[in-house]
Amino acid sequence: MLSGAALGEGWGSMAEKGGNVCLSLRHVGVSFGSGKKLFRAVDDVSFDIYRGEILGLAGESGSGKTTLGRAIVRLCPISAGSIIFENRKISGELTGEHRRELIRKIQMIFQDPMASLNERAKVDYIISEGLRNVCRNLPEAERRRLVEKAMRDVGLRPEFADRFPHEFSGGQRQRIGIARSLIMKPSLIIADEAVSALDVSVRAQVLNLLTSLQRRDGLTCLFIAHDLSVMRAISDRIAVIRRGRLVELAKTARLFACPLHPYTRALLSAVPVPDPVRACGKRVLPYDPACHDYSHDRPVWSEIEPGHYVYGNQKELAVYRRML
Amino acid sequence: MTELVKVMGQEAGNADPVLSVRDLVVKFRLRGRELTALRGLSLDVYRGERLAIVGESGSGKSVLTRTFLGLLESNGRIDSGSILYDGYDLAKFSREREWVKIRGGRIAMVFQDPMTALNPLRTVGGQIREALLLHSRISGAEAKRQAIRLLDDVGIPDAERRYRQYPHEFSGGMRQRAVIAIAAACTPEILICDEPTTALDVTVQAQILELLRRLQSKYGLTVIFITHDLGVVAEIADRVAVMYAGDIVELGSCREIFFDPRHPYTWALLSAMPQFGERGKPLCAIPGTPPDLFADVRGDAFAPRNPQALAVDFQMRPPYFEVSPTHRARTWLLDPRAPELLPPEPVRRLQEAGAKYLLQNRIPDRENRPALHEKQEAPEPRKSFRNFRKEQAAQQSPVLEEAARRLRLGEGAGNALRRSLGGGLGQYG
Repeated sequence: MLSGAALGEGWGSMAEKGGNVCLSLRHVGVSFGSGKKLFRAVDDVSFDIYRGEILGLAGESGSGKTTLGRAIVRLCPISAGSIIFENRKISGELTGEHRRELIRKIQMIFQDPMASLNERAKVDYIISEGLRNVCRNLPEAERRRLVEKAMRDVGLRPEFADRFPHEFSGGQRQRIGIARSLIMKPSLIIADEAVSALDVSVRAQVLNLLTSLQRRDGLTCLFIAHDLSVMRAISDRIAVIRRGRLVELAKTARLFACPLHPYTRALLSAVPVPDPVRACGKRVLPYDPACHDYSHDRPVWSEIEPGHYVYGNQKELAVYRRML
Repeated sequence: MTELVKVMGQEAGNADPVLSVRDLVVKFRLRGRELTALRGLSLDVYRGERLAIVGESGSGKSVLTRTFLGLLESNGRIDSGSILYDGYDLAKFSREREWVKIRGGRIAMVFQDPMTALNPLRTVGGQIREALLLHSRISGAEAKRQAIRLLDDVGIPDAERRYRQYPHEFSGGMRQRAVIAIAAACTPEILICDEPTTALDVTVQAQILELLRRLQSKYGLTVIFITHDLGVVAEIADRVAVMYAGDIVELGSCREIFFDPRHPYTWALLSAMPQFGERGKPLCAIPGTPPDLFADVRGDAFAPRNPQALAVDFQMRPPYFEVSPTHRARTWLLDPRAPELLPPEPVRRLQEAGAKYLLQNRIPDRENRPALHEKQEAPEPRKSFRNFRKEQAAQQSPVLEEAARRLRLGEGAGNALRRSLGGGLGQYG
């Protein structure tokens, strides 16, 4: 396939962080149903996450961004392509040992802190539940120490370990969710809409926490969200997904300064502007998929400038190049 | 009809308030204790305006609008105060029969989640028709005709076919349009939108806001928006009320709130917006959590979370100070004796933007000298207006001193506190 060859070459130049790739996806597809009812939730998605980076995955509801996150943690089987994590393939059949290792190394933070914590368990148990499953013979004192450390890391007081989730506010509960994944010392965290359910002020607290964890401990994170303004504050690079396909991927500043794909431009134009004068003059660009004519000229995922990828056919790519 | 309490209009405003809330106190009984959700709140809603009410969850913004419709939970009650609407005092209503006249027909509401607001077992058209039949005396066929026209009006293509479909056949944005169609069905005077776009994608959100703007000017609706997203506010509102802990802390035109905010809470709320975030710099988070409304709130409710609070903020509840005839704020910072405090950086940038627009004549000018709105005896002049935290820091707390030092170094307030507390952030959030 042409796009595959082009992709393979392009990737070499992208390894600017010394090729320190944590996770790479190659032509990943996830589909549900079969025959006539086949639905491709994720279609031919390829990207890399470097160690120590926060990669934002932006898309509207139904774009397949959550499915992609779930595919990486192996909650959804993939139907095409491969996922490589720390130089080993993690899609398809795995040995039991490798699977257990992955459970520890790839952790997930869920969207709704009100729904994702076990209401009947104490915080102490919730945070160390994963640890108990992975390290069966962990001494109690050591376990306590790890829980305490994880709680301190996310800014919760260790005294809270004996409380129940309902005694905490939304922001604190989300911190419990983060502590629960940090305690596993993961190499990669998938944060699926981790701040969408939070209030503005609390949201800022959690975003700051993730940023400081990234800076201090080199946290690697796939940050899935629909809100581009949140992404701007936290991500190093942003990938935009639509209908299961990546349409654009670039460094955050570059994507905001120079969006190429019409869908990205439409998304960016719809972000609310916190300035009443500019908001008055704001025009939301409509996105009409009919603007692409892919009947003869097949679209490819190509690197249009170093580190900036976009999906389009040769004619469109020529137009995008002029826009740079 | 006789039990309806007619109250003479006693509004004393220059404009034309369609709804007037005075000293409203709402209390809830919860597990044997009493929670004060609204603490003596006053607000005028003017005819034909778009008013936005912003605040964190738990600030009482939904409770306030629910009192307009008699939709308080059964453990809640209006303790005192009045809500004047069209000669009635809604605060005195006690029976469903009284409410039915107001609810839906005169004041309607759009709820947050379009997924749960519609009945999944009935067609969308049937649900709009029901609303029409309930509130006006028209035939079933006429109601159907009107319902289809409404669907068309809120931008649902192929309305005739859509009329017969069920909610599950609609996308989220389309469902919200249908909900808006139901609310607008009886051309209410006031339309309350409770977080109408929170559950929707940004592109859909932009469309729904556009739709609401169009409906508002077409039918001359008065729209009250409840939201926690200031970005949405900037796009839609004429006036903004900022709520905190059951009270309005600042009220002004949209431009005044964005370009000349005065209350530290408004500052904090504006600064915490991710839109102001820069990669590599921490966002200005608000430390701590809102106050416990089971207990009496003393002084300025925001003081415990405000790193720049004055001593007086802990002693006395500030009155409203008038910044302009349309702009007032409940903060001691507007007292002539108060020190000049620099707002956080994002707010300063907004102020600069505002000043630039002013130069370009894009904002009408107004007097800039703040005047005392209510005369109230302030405690201990001078001394109590010193910065409380600084005093404390000097006296006792090395932690806060460190926070203050970091603040001076230019870190975000929340971050400074967090670092100084060394992870023991629990009590602050």
